[in-house]
Amino acid sequence: MTDLVWLIPAFPLFGFVTILLFGRRLGEPRAGHLATAMVLASFAVSVAVFFDLLGRPEDDRSQVETLFSWVPVGTLRVDMAFLADPLSITMCLFVTGISSLIHLYSIGYMHGDPKFSKFFLYLNLFVLSMTVLVLGENLLVTFLGWEGVGTCSYLLIAFWHTRESAATAGKKAFITNRVGDWGVMLAMFLAFSSIGSISYSVLNNNAESGLLAETTATGIAVLLFVGAVGKSAQLPLYVWLPDAMEGPTPVSALIHAATMVTAGVFLMVRVNPVITVSADWVGPLIAWTGAITALFAATIALAQTDIKRVLAYSTVSQLGYMFLAVGTGAYVAAIFHMVTHAFFKALLFLGSGSVIHGMNDEQDMRKMGKLAKFMPFTAATFIVGWLAIAGVPPFAGFWSKDEILLFALADSVPLYVIGIVTAVLTAFYMTRQVVMTFYGEAKWTSLANEDEAPTPAEGEPPVETHGAHGEFKPHESPPTMLLPLVVLAGLSIVGGIVQLPALGITPDRWEHKLESWLHPVVAFGEADIHDTWAYDNKTLLIGIAVACAVVGIAAAWAVYERRRASPFEPELFAQGWHFDQAISWFMGNPGRKGFEGTVLFDEKVVDGAVDGAAVAIRETAGEVRKGQTGYLRQYAGLIAVGAVLLLAWFVIVRGLF
Amino acid sequence: MIAAIEPTWYLLLGAVLFGVGAFGLLVRRNPLVMFMCIELMLNAVNLTFVALATELGDINGQTAVFFVLVVAAAEVVVGLSIIVSILRGRPGATADDLADLKG
Repeated sequence: MTDLVWLIPAFPLFGFVTILLFGRRLGEPRAGHLATAMVLASFAVSVAVFFDLLGRPEDDRSQVETLFSWVPVGTLRVDMAFLADPLSITMCLFVTGISSLIHLYSIGYMHGDPKFSKFFLYLNLFVLSMTVLVLGENLLVTFLGWEGVGTCSYLLIAFWHTRESAATAGKKAFITNRVGDWGVMLAMFLAFSSIGSISYSVLNNNAESGLLAETTATGIAVLLFVGAVGKSAQLPLYVWLPDAMEGPTPVSALIHAATMVTAGVFLMVRVNPVITVSADWVGPLIAWTGAITALFAATIALAQTDIKRVLAYSTVSQLGYMFLAVGTGAYVAAIFHMVTHAFFKALLFLGSGSVIHGMNDEQDMRKMGKLAKFMPFTAATFIVGWLAIAGVPPFAGFWSKDEILLFALADSVPLYVIGIVTAVLTAFYMTRQVVMTFYGEAKWTSLANEDEAPTPAEGEPPVETHGAHGEFKPHESPPTMLLPLVVLAGLSIVGGIVQLPALGITPDRWEHKLESWLHPVVAFGEADIHDTWAYDNKTLLIGIAVACAVVGIAAAWAVYERRRASPFEPELFAQGWHFDQAISWFMGNPGRKGFEGTVLFDEKVVDGAVDGAAVAIRETAGEVRKGQTGYLRQYAGLIAVGAVLLLAWFVIVRGLF
Repeated sequence: MIAAIEPTWYLLLGAVLFGVGAFGLLVRRNPLVMFMCIELMLNAVNLTFVALATELGDINGQTAVFFVLVVAAAEVVVGLSIIVSILRGRPGATADDLADLKG
């Protein structure tokens, strides 16, 4: 079964090509059905490969499937090869699984959009790129998928490209990603020049057997980390992710949960032996970047009013946790949190999409409230997602976050403190969101009465609930949109089961399932924390984590539901610490001056040198050509003079006679 | 008794003929005459070859003459046809009029 691993990307590819050629004829909803079926088929293959690998002995769970030789140049041999191992199949399982749910949801969400089939075209291409990325056996195949998801994110974020902000957000995402991509490219060049191969197996084997010099490993690890920072939206390259909200909501769910942003974390885990043998400061660099990003984004999320922007900053924050895990050597925890985060973040995004859909394209939480009464299914599933991300046991997010915090404490106390503070903030802003959206007073009737009902965005049909006077009533979403919500809610509740900590409560064979499954991949890099104080006091840490979640929820409930205190939403947080403005200012003033200086240098010095050389040659040639009179006699005379001189030279100087 | 003709005389004659040819090439303007001067120079060299071949008893000199004769014949064919076609278009043209390659 493992040799059929190429089918995983092949199905979305087939869907992509079919919709590309016959999209218009398929139309709505058949294009959506086809795309969903293709991703579902990929998921089925992933499950089959998973069980095939599971049935093998642990050291035999890695298989390379080479399709053809892609770049045979000199000593460089790059194959179009897929690697089926526990890590890539884990990624495939949740990528295709969640993507198929999002596809299903999109059939309902994109109902009536004139570009319906094109949307599914891009979605299938997105899944294709992501599966190529995770299955790639070498850096170049991964990079192919890496660029593919970058392109798709551009196409999908700017899907409603007639809207100025959407077009700009698409460009921003693409360009920011390019900034990170140079890191991946340089890492490939460095890997090839130092060990002559860009295959993961060669790279990781060299690292594990000590053949990889520390400086080289440091270079590769740091450069790949630069790429991961761009793709996974960490400081300072996170700026594209909040703006990516301009795309249709299923796209946000796809980018945030199943594809794209997880790529950076995946790449870090994939090359974990290289990170392990690199210099001592690389791990802390990754961990601190992650920790600071987590805290930074959480503070911004406190003051956002757009329902999707809160979730966007929370994704940045949660990704920060994953990098914190990678940096402290907790690779299993990073993947664990990636999986659980995929469950609950997809759920939250699809839930917010359902809210936006039901509120007739209103995204401002200040104009919502009391929606639980009108949208019971959406509210119930959203609450599950909220409890999961806030870290309330036994929901999925609690287990994975706790595991990361455990490794953070084993590594250094400041990292743990940042993680705990972020956890409190996470619980706080998510509670704030739930209260503002689903509870409290309904703030949307007043809006409707003032005849300010938002006009539908382009491509969205007017919803039937529009009253005669611009009044509208929130309505529950259709079943195709609710089914994914229910499935994801179920996964968000039980998702933690894949990696339960050893507390002595549950049977042994239920514990650390993910860790033993991923063991062959991360065995070299995984930090050993068994003898630390943190490991011995796991139960205490769990208590602290739960207390933090409860404190955060209770505080937000008191502020926003009970109104015991006025909300603390400083302008600094709402503006995202003015980070975007700072970039604009920097690029607009010193940056612009620098570019203008470069232009000046190019025009005066570089162009001057080139033009000057040309002018000098032309002037000289003008003088020389005067010698060419065209008179035959002159040429003959010169030949004669030359012959006489040669003769004289032979006779006098060489003395031939 | 007429003194035996020394080989030196042949060489001197060759040198004189060559000088006459070269001088004519440089001072005359008529393309046809210049062409004849070239022929004169070639044959001056031929004479030198033959004289030295006889003097040194080496057949290679005479062989070279044959090559020169053949090449000269071919050159006459090409050269004359060029001169004829030029003079047909511009009767009475001198070599100095044909200075189209002036830089």
